[in-house]
Amino acid sequence: MIRFDRVAKRYPPGIDALSALSFEMTAGDMLIVSGHSGAGKSTLIKLVAAIEKPTSGAVLVGGQNVGTLSRSALPFLRRRLGLVLQDQKLLFDRSVFENVMLPLSITGFPPKEAMQRVRAALDKVGLAMREKALPIALSGGEQQRLAIARAVVSRPALLLADEPTAHLDAETAADVARIFHEFHRAGVTVLIATYDGHLFPDARTLRLDHGCSVA
Amino acid sequence: MRERSAWITDAQSHDGCLEFPMNIWLVNHGRALRIALRRLIAAPLTTLLSLLAIGVALALPAGGQMLLNNVQRLMGSTSATPQISVFMAVDAGRGAATELAARLKKHPAVKQQRFLPREDTLQRMKANAGLREIIDVLPDNPFPDAFIVTAIADQPATLDLLVEEFRQWPKVAHVQLDSAWARRLEALLRLSRNVVILLGGLLAIGLIAITFNIIRMQVLTHRAEIEVSQLLGATNGFICRPFLYFGALLGFAGGATAWLLIAAAAWWLRTPLDDLLHLYEFTFSLQSLSLVDSALLLGIATGLGWLGALLSLGQHLRHS
Repeated sequence: MIRFDRVAKRYPPGIDALSALSFEMTAGDMLIVSGHSGAGKSTLIKLVAAIEKPTSGAVLVGGQNVGTLSRSALPFLRRRLGLVLQDQKLLFDRSVFENVMLPLSITGFPPKEAMQRVRAALDKVGLAMREKALPIALSGGEQQRLAIARAVVSRPALLLADEPTAHLDAETAADVARIFHEFHRAGVTVLIATYDGHLFPDARTLRLDHGCSVA
Repeated sequence: MRERSAWITDAQSHDGCLEFPMNIWLVNHGRALRIALRRLIAAPLTTLLSLLAIGVALALPAGGQMLLNNVQRLMGSTSATPQISVFMAVDAGRGAATELAARLKKHPAVKQQRFLPREDTLQRMKANAGLREIIDVLPDNPFPDAFIVTAIADQPATLDLLVEEFRQWPKVAHVQLDSAWARRLEALLRLSRNVVILLGGLLAIGLIAITFNIIRMQVLTHRAEIEVSQLLGATNGFICRPFLYFGALLGFAGGATAWLLIAAAAWWLRTPLDDLLHLYEFTFSLQSLSLVDSALLLGIATGLGWLGALLSLGQHLRHS
């Protein structure tokens, strides 16, 4: 599903976020990317989602080198990913329901079926009762769960999350981790960058240190 | 070109929606139109001011067009086909006149001719009290025999040639094209039309600039939404469509505003203008824009709004 082949990412002016990183994950895997702050975890997630392009090496997602993807093909890669970014990128001028609806509007999903899916996704993360609320009225944990609901509503085969449990208390973090476990059990490939590696004790871990993989 | 992997192309036929591509198309466009309308209504004051700016900008050339059409209609109702007056020398004699009549009759460019004997002219002029005194003082009839000629052609160039030709004929003292005033007016109208086109072109650029700026503000306002949509896999078309509809709607509504302004102005000017023309013995009623011109106005306004939005998006989405 994902393969990194000697991937390096250098930000100007010469800061190496990742250097010669190689790893592979197969469909249905759950992989935790851990490491200190600045180890390159976020960069790794952004490379998979083609938000950043590698300086050298190849990032293959579903057999496709996403670093060389054309601008017009990019949206169709993103549609197959569920993306939970560190800053959740929620839209604060629309309701919880409309936030989760957005990915389905983008793919031109029939409205009726889309509404059922949005409700199912909200139900899965425990926000079914809050669909009319504005994101600003949600707690930190609820906002995170909203971001997850939006990421999974189009039922992607691959779920990416960048620090999904940051700024959450232990109980809420465990709750969010449980949701990711559930998706993994349902067959979704899950890639999570986190420093809370202990929340996912059963998952395979890729430990990064200054942009390099360490055993 | 590299082929997209099946995994990604598969996303394009996401969840079987491709079975109804027409439906997706309709859903997408309906959604974009709804968003655009919502955004127009969400800021009523801004929308109103934009509409006024566009409306006034469009009303100037469109109003000019309306006025020109009216003047042309007025001219059409008054100026008959151009006539050529051929005056003979006073001493030409009736024989020469008969000869000329025959010559005119045979001329292929002449449609119709009317002979005005000098005696008739004298009688007609004497009917005027002021003139009679002067004429009575004169020893001889001062008026020549004359012909009023209507040509088959009515293009100014052909008529000029005909006038030149008549001038060369023997015993012809003076040839006059009666439609000179009409042609002057026509030339003036042609000039005015060019001015209207020029004005229209300039204000069209102004309209594009107005929408360009409005859409730029819109893009800035919706920056977060655009960014999130891009992350969620929105195509450029999906992101641009509401803005394009917004521009087109703004143009259309601006065109309608211009139409209303012109109709109101025409209504307001109609009575005083009727009164004025009545004094000149014209019966004429000022008409607002014709159906074709109205459709053209709305169509062009919509197109310009759309174009302004397109240019703005090309400029501002690239940097987002």
